[in-house]
Amino acid sequence: MRKTFAILALACFAASPALAHAFLDHALPRVGSDLPSAPTTVMIWFTQELEPAFSTLEVTDQSGNRVDAGDAQVDAKDATILHATLKPLPPGFYKVAWRVVSVDTHPTEGTFSFHVGGG
Amino acid sequence: MARLSTAGVLPVMLGLLLPAADATAHGFAGDRFFPATILTDDPFVADEATPITITRDPTAADGTKTYNIEADISKRLFRDLDITFQDSWDYAKPPGSPHVTGFESLTTGLQYQLFIDAPHEAMALFGLDATWGHTGRVQALGQPDFTTISPTLDFGKGFGDMFDPFSYLRPFAITGNLSLDFPTKVESNGNPNSNNFNYGFAIEYSLEYLQHHVKDVGISPPFDHLVPLVEFALTTPLNRGQGGNTTGTVQPGLIWSGQYYQLGAEMIVPVNSLSGHGIGGLVQFHLYLDDLFPRSVGKPLFGDHRLFGS
Repeated sequence: MRKTFAILALACFAASPALAHAFLDHALPRVGSDLPSAPTTVMIWFTQELEPAFSTLEVTDQSGNRVDAGDAQVDAKDATILHATLKPLPPGFYKVAWRVVSVDTHPTEGTFSFHVGGG
Repeated sequence: MARLSTAGVLPVMLGLLLPAADATAHGFAGDRFFPATILTDDPFVADEATPITITRDPTAADGTKTYNIEADISKRLFRDLDITFQDSWDYAKPPGSPHVTGFESLTTGLQYQLFIDAPHEAMALFGLDATWGHTGRVQALGQPDFTTISPTLDFGKGFGDMFDPFSYLRPFAITGNLSLDFPTKVESNGNPNSNNFNYGFAIEYSLEYLQHHVKDVGISPPFDHLVPLVEFALTTPLNRGQGGNTTGTVQPGLIWSGQYYQLGAEMIVPVNSLSGHGIGGLVQFHLYLDDLFPRSVGKPLFGDHRLFGS
């Protein structure tokens, strides 16, 4: 049994902390938030560093029209952040769809929504 | 001795060997991450290992108390095909008799990912399991002296696409198994070996899904990676005088899934007196080999492509 635990411990510590699937850690606007005024950017923090060439996000309105400026990119100073600027948003529901590849090539994707305005 | 008729099973297998959708490792389907459940076989192929599961079974119907230590591993051969190995070591104490120890029968499996549907958070696989006779302690622990072949269908479905984006019902998901046992001997020492129908499912509520895909309700790490769940597993013999003697367990518990490993704990409640009495429990430590060793043992053995097609 001691041998088993020693092997397990070795396996855990031998793994580089920078290698794994990237999960969303938190985002601005916050996931599922109801905002009084329109945000100008979307920023998502991930649990792993991202591969810039294969990581992107899109923001669409209820009709499926793109409302981001098409400039999604991994932050130059912090590779765990993906951000994009937004066009002026009228009140309504918006969906953020992200697809990222962590630096060890594991892909993950996800979505979340937010609401702008009081309606 | 009755041999399994492969004539009926092979066409079903071949019919199900359709090209799988984009298959990523370790339980992702769009927004949904399916953790490796403890009782219910996972609906995805993977490079994963469970070095240890420690179980205290409910007391058996004949009064025997059993503890066991189990290990298993899944290894992908291709992106959509894996093999599995599972065995356990038992300590059993029958009432009024000395305790006995030894291994249970070795179980192996071959699993093919039928599809992964990211928008609908759905996936399924077809598997062919074999529990090998004479690989456990036959006399002392009552392990089988015959091999059992079990074709199985494992499936998973998240509720994320079924409700509005802000609904608190979206973090729910269900996974399930359906399988049939075909023993290769009709009877052993005068006792019948029936064909069995095995069915089970897990109902999960993912706090990770709630926090990161529905609404940021302020759950911080490590609690945002908890999955409360209830698992059910039932076996109904179909013939040879055993029909209707359904046995099974209900297992409420918690799974915590991290970047490289997950931890799980469940209570074990028998569904009827045939299944035992009292409450059991288990704890499990599970490793994601594809995250721990992405460039070596975490990769498919014969290349990151599908069995059929590119």
